[in-house]
Parts: sequence; C-alpha cells; structure tokens
Amino acid sequence: MDIVVCVKHVPDTEAPIRIRADRRGIEEQGLPFVVNYYDEHGVEEALRIKERLGGTVTLVTAGPARAAQALRTGLAMGADTAIHIEDPALDGADHLGVARALAAAIRGQKCDLVICGKLSTDDNAAIVGSALAEYLEFPQATAVTKLELSEGGATAHREVEGAVEVLQVALPAVVTVERSINEPRYPSLPGIMKAKRTPIAVKTLADLGLAPDEAGAASARSEVLGFAPPPQRQAGRVLEGDPAQVVKELVRFLREDAKVL
Amino acid sequence: MSRDVWVLAEYAGGRPRKITYELLAKARTLADAAGGRVVALALGAGIEDSAADLGAHGADAVRTADDPQLGQYTTDAYTLVIAPLVTVEQPFLLLIGSTAAGRDVAPRIAARCGAGIVTDCAAIEIADGRVEVTRPVMTRKAMARVAFRGEGPRIAVVLPNLFPPLPPDPARRAEVIPAAAALDPAAIRTRVVEVKAVAREALPLTEADIIVSGGRGLRGPENFALLQQLADALGAAVGSSRPPVDSGWVPHDYEIGQTGKTVNPQLYIACGISGAPQHLAGMSGSRYIIAINKDPQAPIFGVASYGVVGDLFQVVPLLTEEVRKVRGASHG
Repeated sequence: MDIVVCVKHVPDTEAPIRIRADRRGIEEQGLPFVVNYYDEHGVEEALRIKERLGGTVTLVTAGPARAAQALRTGLAMGADTAIHIEDPALDGADHLGVARALAAAIRGQKCDLVICGKLSTDDNAAIVGSALAEYLEFPQATAVTKLELSEGGATAHREVEGAVEVLQVALPAVVTVERSINEPRYPSLPGIMKAKRTPIAVKTLADLGLAPDEAGAASARSEVLGFAPPPQRQAGRVLEGDPAQVVKELVRFLREDAKVL
Repeated sequence: MSRDVWVLAEYAGGRPRKITYELLAKARTLADAAGGRVVALALGAGIEDSAADLGAHGADAVRTADDPQLGQYTTDAYTLVIAPLVTVEQPFLLLIGSTAAGRDVAPRIAARCGAGIVTDCAAIEIADGRVEVTRPVMTRKAMARVAFRGEGPRIAVVLPNLFPPLPPDPARRAEVIPAAAALDPAAIRTRVVEVKAVAREALPLTEADIIVSGGRGLRGPENFALLQQLADALGAAVGSSRPPVDSGWVPHDYEIGQTGKTVNPQLYIACGISGAPQHLAGMSGSRYIIAINKDPQAPIFGVASYGVVGDLFQVVPLLTEEVRKVRGASHG
C-alpha cells in the first residue's frame, strides 16, 4: 500500500498572534510553527497501515522554505520520503491552487491512498482534501474517525450531524482524518537522526508541469483583504454567594435577556 | 452569468434542515442586492413536497432532483447533479451550509466547475458587484475579510445558527423546475453501508439553540448526568471541552473547540470549564454565555455574559429545578 500524506506547517494554536501592520497577514517573526495537528494524525494513520500491510509513506507539502520543518517532523515519525513544493508564485494562491499543485506532485507517485488532515488550524478552510480528490479524479471520504482497508477498498467511519456514517470507498481515494482516529506517536531519536539525512525533493510549479497562472496567485478566485481582531466580548455580571439567590438571578436572565424560558 | 443566488437545501428525515431556512433568508437579502432570484437546489428521494416549504421561506424557484440515489448523501451523486447546473447556468453565488455534507461536497463542486470558494463564512456582503465575506481564522484569534475574485460562479460555505430564517409565508410560491438527474450507479464510487444514529445527538450540537457544556470541573463521567438533566429541562444539547474527551469521560463527538465542533447557539452554559483558548475558539460566537466555575480567575469569565463564581454541583441542580418549575408552569 503506497500512501501519500499531505501536511501543512502552521502556527502553534497555543501561541498568541499579532496582525501585521498592513493587516494582510500575521506577523511570523517569533511565531512558533508546527505540523498541523490533524495532519499528524494523518501521518500516524499512514504509518499504521504501512506497518500492517507494507508499502511506502510519502509526505507532500506546499509552502515556503520553513515548511520543510513539517516534512522533517513527519519523516522523524517514520515516513519514507518527502516532497516540498516551493514556489514564490504560490504566495497568494487560493486553496484550489494549492490543491492543483499537490495533485500535480501526487500524480507522479505510485499511490493507493492519499491522507490529509480534515482541515488546517490556521485558516480552517477544509477545502484542499476534497478539491485534491477531484483533481486526482479519486473518490473521497472526509472527517474520518476510523479507517479499515480491505481488498481494493476502504471502510471509513465519518461523523455527521446526529449519526456516524459507514462508507465503503473504492481505492485509490482521498481520506481526510479527524483527531479521534488515532493517537500520533512521538518521533524517536533514531527517527530524528534518519530524518535529518533523508533528502527532500524540492519542486517548483514548473517542475510539476504547472504554469504560475494555473496554481499561483494569478489564478486565485479568492483573496484575503485583511485581518482584524475578533469582536471583543464584554465580560458581563459576575454573581457570587448564596446558590439559591444566584439561581433566581440566572432564571431572570434566562427569561428576560436570553429569552429562552 | 446570471445574478441568481442559489441555496443547496439539505434534508434530515425528509424535512429541510434549519440551516436551509437560514441560507434562504440570507440568500433573499443577497439576491436583492445582486438583482437576481433566489433558487433552491432540492436533492433527495421523495422530496417534491418540500418545494412549497422552500418557497414559503424565500425561494423564487426550486430546482428539484428526486432520485432514490439521492436519498442518502454521497459526494459523487450530489456532485454529478449540482456541478453541471452550476457550469451551465453560472449562478452569481451558491450558498452551502457548513454541515458534514456541505463541507464535503462544496470544494468538490468548486474544483469541478472552476468556481471560487470560501468556507466558514460568518458574514457575506455584496458591494459594487463584489462579494466579500468575513470568517474566523487562527483559532478565532482573528477575523479575515476575504473577497471573491475573477469571473464565474462563487461558492460560500456558511456557518450555521447565524442568520434568522424568514417567517414562512404560504402565499409565496416558488416555480418548480425539475433538474435532470440521470445518475449512473457506477459513477458513485462510495457506498453508505450503514448510518448509526447517535441517540444523544437527536439534537445535533451544531443546530442546538441552547448548549449545556461541561469541563474538567465535572470531575468524572457520572456527573455529566447533571448536565443532561439541565439540558433536558431547557431542550438543550450537551457538549464538553477537551479534557473530558481526553479523559475518556465522554466520546469525541461531544467536543466543542478547536479540535472539535464550532457552535453558535443562542445560549451556551459552560459548567466547570476554565476557558482555554482552544475551547473559546469553538464557542465564543455564542449569543449569550453563562459560565459556572469555582475559580474567579478562570478566563471563561472574560467572555461570559453572566458569570457564576460557585460550586456547579450546587448551582446546576438548583437551576434545573427552577427551570422545570418555570417550564412546567408555562406548559401547565
């Protein structure tokens, strides 16, 4: 089973962010970056499949030079090879452009299964997985909490409103994974040493046979105009003391302000 | 290119989901601004009757695709019906709800049709013919303003519980136009072999008007029963922050926050939740927040409309009792 896992290098969700002075993005200076944690679950799932069935695990990322760090982390967990799509034309690309670039890189690989995180924690879009499936002409299963492989297919559980759907998916397919699918391993020391020596294949859009206006900013159908701080919530009244009094006041609030009683 | 605003209707148990009515209301405003009509796309099995309902809630026209193969959502079947319509008729904007099915299908349609796509939209505006949206990013630590660019259809995936539905007007009638839905079964590459209902999710968290949620302060799985009793009294759904999930007290589908669900209810009651940024990311869009916590320094109080510094094991049962009295009186 040859598996490709897409990973993204994103700001650590625990870190505070600063909006850039031009408001077009966030200040990266001093901001810690990590592997998008849904993608870590994706790498883990691929490694578990490889351990059972054999095969290879290839990582792909599209991003600036620093994104190589996300590949190093995945290699240290146990992935075999890594491809880094690095091209200044991707600065300002939309999610469809990124998916086209990833698809072009994956088409050159032997691939039975592509795994992505269900979304990335920086921009929360959840677009790339499904779009990638379309460009590869693969079927898809998104937000998967359990994956079992069988002859020529996979069984995937996905959480939907009020239910769990069990899907039978033909392979090759794109699967995007939820956090609850597994518990990712920590990179081992030998894994970290090996990851340092593993060469990363760096590709430009031209290397992948794509013109800048096929995947880059020039083809983007959406554009971030600016970032603003979220609306500040006003802290309201704080009640203390006798629980019976407090509850009386809460009931008044539920009836008169929240209007739910 | 048309000026029409389309809405993908979504069904649960043969009836449109709440998000469908929310999207129709928003589409009404946007279509008026764009100078077009509101067109609902109704895909399903045995859903012809719902066209009148969609009309009453704001649709000028309903495109129906009624086929046994559309009764259960699959990526391929829905894409095969919707993508050709989008490609041929070039709607100005297509609104899709941010649901499990909506998030699954929207990027697929966008990629197939070359449409622009923006997800998690919390606000949508049309100004000078441009469509701009606002969406939370970076664990809700920032709001991004995003503009659609270029020519051709646009797809906005819209967060639930943000736009109030229009009051239904039975006098409003939508024109019903069947859409061709000749589906080749071989083209559907996924098969739903089972749908296991999650009994406690009869009211899905993302659709609930009221959520009662518990954190580490619950101390153990058995105490979630206290929250369930309050939720039953209020007609609410029960959720949790991350620690109870990580401790195995409740399943992952309870989780609200960065690594779980994003919710925007009318009222969110946080019990024994400290308010870590990762939790606030999933619930700080709630209209009203009540926080019950022993620690007066808990960050949750910074976002709460009403904070109670106290012991949830005393406050929650008392509140349940009082709510039952009020509800009992009003129903009696």
